[in-house]
Amino acid sequence: MSDRLAVRKTYKLYIAGAFPRSESGRSYPVTDGKGRFLANAAHASRKDARDAVTAARKAFPGWAGRTGYNRAQILYRIAEMLEGRRDQFTAELRHTGASKTHAAAEVDAAIDRWVWYAGWADKITAVAGAANPVAGPYFNFSTPEPTGVVAVIAPDSPLLGLVSVLAPAIVTGNTTVVVASEPAPLAAITLAEVLATSDLPGGVVNILTGHRTELTPWLASHMDVNAIDLTGIPDEHVQDLEEKAAGNLKRVHRPTATGWTADPGTARMTAFLETKTVWHPVGV
Amino acid sequence: MTVFEYAPAPESRSVVDIRGSYGLFIDGEFTDGHGEPFKTINPADESVLADIACADEADVDRAVKAARAAYERVWGAMPGAERGKYLYRIARIIQERSRELAVLESIDNGKPIRESRDVDVPLVAAWFFYYAGWADKLGHAGFGPDPRPVGVAGQVIPWNFPLLMLAWKIAPALACGNTVVLKPAETTPLTALLFADICRQADLPPGVVNIITGAGDTGRALVAHPGIDKVAFTGSTDVGRQIARTLAGTSKKLTLELGGKAANIVYADAALDQAVEGIVNGIFFNQGHVCCAGSRLLVQESVAEEVLERLKARMATLRVGDPLDKNTDIGAINSAAQLDKIRELSAAGEAEGADRWSPPCRLPDRGFWFAPTLFTGVAQSHRIAREEIFGPVLSVLTFRTPEEAVTKANNTPYGLSAGIWTEKGSQILWTAQHLRAGVVWANTFNKFDPASPFGGYKESGYGREGGRHGLEAYLNV
Repeated sequence: MSDRLAVRKTYKLYIAGAFPRSESGRSYPVTDGKGRFLANAAHASRKDARDAVTAARKAFPGWAGRTGYNRAQILYRIAEMLEGRRDQFTAELRHTGASKTHAAAEVDAAIDRWVWYAGWADKITAVAGAANPVAGPYFNFSTPEPTGVVAVIAPDSPLLGLVSVLAPAIVTGNTTVVVASEPAPLAAITLAEVLATSDLPGGVVNILTGHRTELTPWLASHMDVNAIDLTGIPDEHVQDLEEKAAGNLKRVHRPTATGWTADPGTARMTAFLETKTVWHPVGV
Repeated sequence: MTVFEYAPAPESRSVVDIRGSYGLFIDGEFTDGHGEPFKTINPADESVLADIACADEADVDRAVKAARAAYERVWGAMPGAERGKYLYRIARIIQERSRELAVLESIDNGKPIRESRDVDVPLVAAWFFYYAGWADKLGHAGFGPDPRPVGVAGQVIPWNFPLLMLAWKIAPALACGNTVVLKPAETTPLTALLFADICRQADLPPGVVNIITGAGDTGRALVAHPGIDKVAFTGSTDVGRQIARTLAGTSKKLTLELGGKAANIVYADAALDQAVEGIVNGIFFNQGHVCCAGSRLLVQESVAEEVLERLKARMATLRVGDPLDKNTDIGAINSAAQLDKIRELSAAGEAEGADRWSPPCRLPDRGFWFAPTLFTGVAQSHRIAREEIFGPVLSVLTFRTPEEAVTKANNTPYGLSAGIWTEKGSQILWTAQHLRAGVVWANTFNKFDPASPFGGYKESGYGREGGRHGLEAYLNV
């Protein structure tokens, strides 16, 4: 047995493609399944949340303007990078109390989920769009477009749950501010390292760790956030957040609970899509 | 060249029979309301048309219970093909009674008969005809093999297109197997009440369609009622926000079609005469009482003067007056309250430094009227460039580059519609792609069709009405 002291990682936030500490200088201890200290995670503030929204807004036109083919390749690249760190993620999930088999299966499922969504980038338009046969000499077509900046309150499933809510939001061109699981945030920051090396433009995904109840009301009421995914929110807080979201008529996604291993379907993509219909006369 | 003067060409009112008073249509019967009755007036001459019952909370509860019973006993379980046949029947009766509906709409709303006759009522029939055909094909609509209805829908509609908004709400709801309680606007209840009679002629089972009249309190009671499963609202963004707050934490589905401040972008290479027609149609159609009206004209600087000159010449030919006159282009403002709002915002436009212009135009002495108006020298910060006026008032701004046009067009919390005028195809598609709006009209404006999804981005609301997309709001998906 080596007596070398391990080099630990500092877990920070992920904003605009960089890894800053919370501007508040705060952190909170994260423990393993048995209550033993693992790391100090950044305890993000309202200001960090606002910075993340600014970064997401700045990244939106560029990301939404990429071709579906290009977004598909980047999401597939994320799967590749995740596959390369399979052992690291398995070990990280085991710290949360998962068995070796369960942790490995969850990492595999998370990799495969990126692959599933990657393929949707250049297909969802064909499925959700339409050429509309209007009663007149007009060419009329409807295309789905990304809603904009989406606040994603991630569930406590530290990797598969997180990937399952994040990938469908960004594959269509939205940019995101993610609030990671409060008790199990470490995999989210390690995932940020994967995102940062996958050609994903900075600001498309911003990840905050900290207290959900502190951060989510600011995101729900933020006037430059277009939509909010309440997946990680317990029922008793839904009403307050939906009232706040009404301020600028955010699209609110409140899914009925299903296991993360179920077929994801298209609902999580269409929840953050707008339909644009364009008319033009036909004539000579 | 001889110029022929216009002679009045009034449409006959004899085709409509307005009763002295109307009750609430609940469970297939007209019944008394228990709120304070109110009057609906003709906005063109302020004459009283009828006394209208007002539904209080107990009446709303009765209507919701009737809708629930009809949903559970009859409509929800009926095969789609049979539901569809009822809707086809309704579409046919609307066509048969089209003149009566058009005249009544113009009397109660103030819109020109040319529009109610040629736009509103034909679209109403088309909406029922279109969704009738979906009723037995829902399994092919992309929402799973056997999508289920939501249940009872509470629907609140505005006064600008009373019957058309009723059709947008009721046709898809019924096609999907839901029953409805619909509240028309308090200033325009008459065509909805005539529609109740059409439901009876079609032998629609009692309780499938319930129509309750009243003002804001009735609407609030309806959307807050625990017995409804879905709320559909068309109206102002402020009320839409209130409804979203009311529904927070509940399992009710919600779709909102709210306000707009659409940009109508005219590039220098546009066919200018066609563009001018499009500008006029965009803002003066239906007195500008249109949520998707092209109320901000963005014209490229190099042609701004020429466009304004042609636009003013065209505006001088608009005929304002009797809604029932077939020559009329611009009818009456729907209510005194709306006229006040248009006046207030127009005064703000002048106070903030924009230049106001209207063509010479004699307005009738009685009734609610507002001359077609345009403002030049408008800054983006002016209220008339930011707030929805919902009247025949156009704000003109200029731009130099396509990027500037798009940036200005998107500089609004709304995102319902937009217009583009250019002869260059790639520029149309580039502009359409960059506009954050749900409906984009290129080289046309204010076109509607039941096959075409309609609805907004951002604070113009959420959900789509029309087309396959319009089914989603009324299916349990």
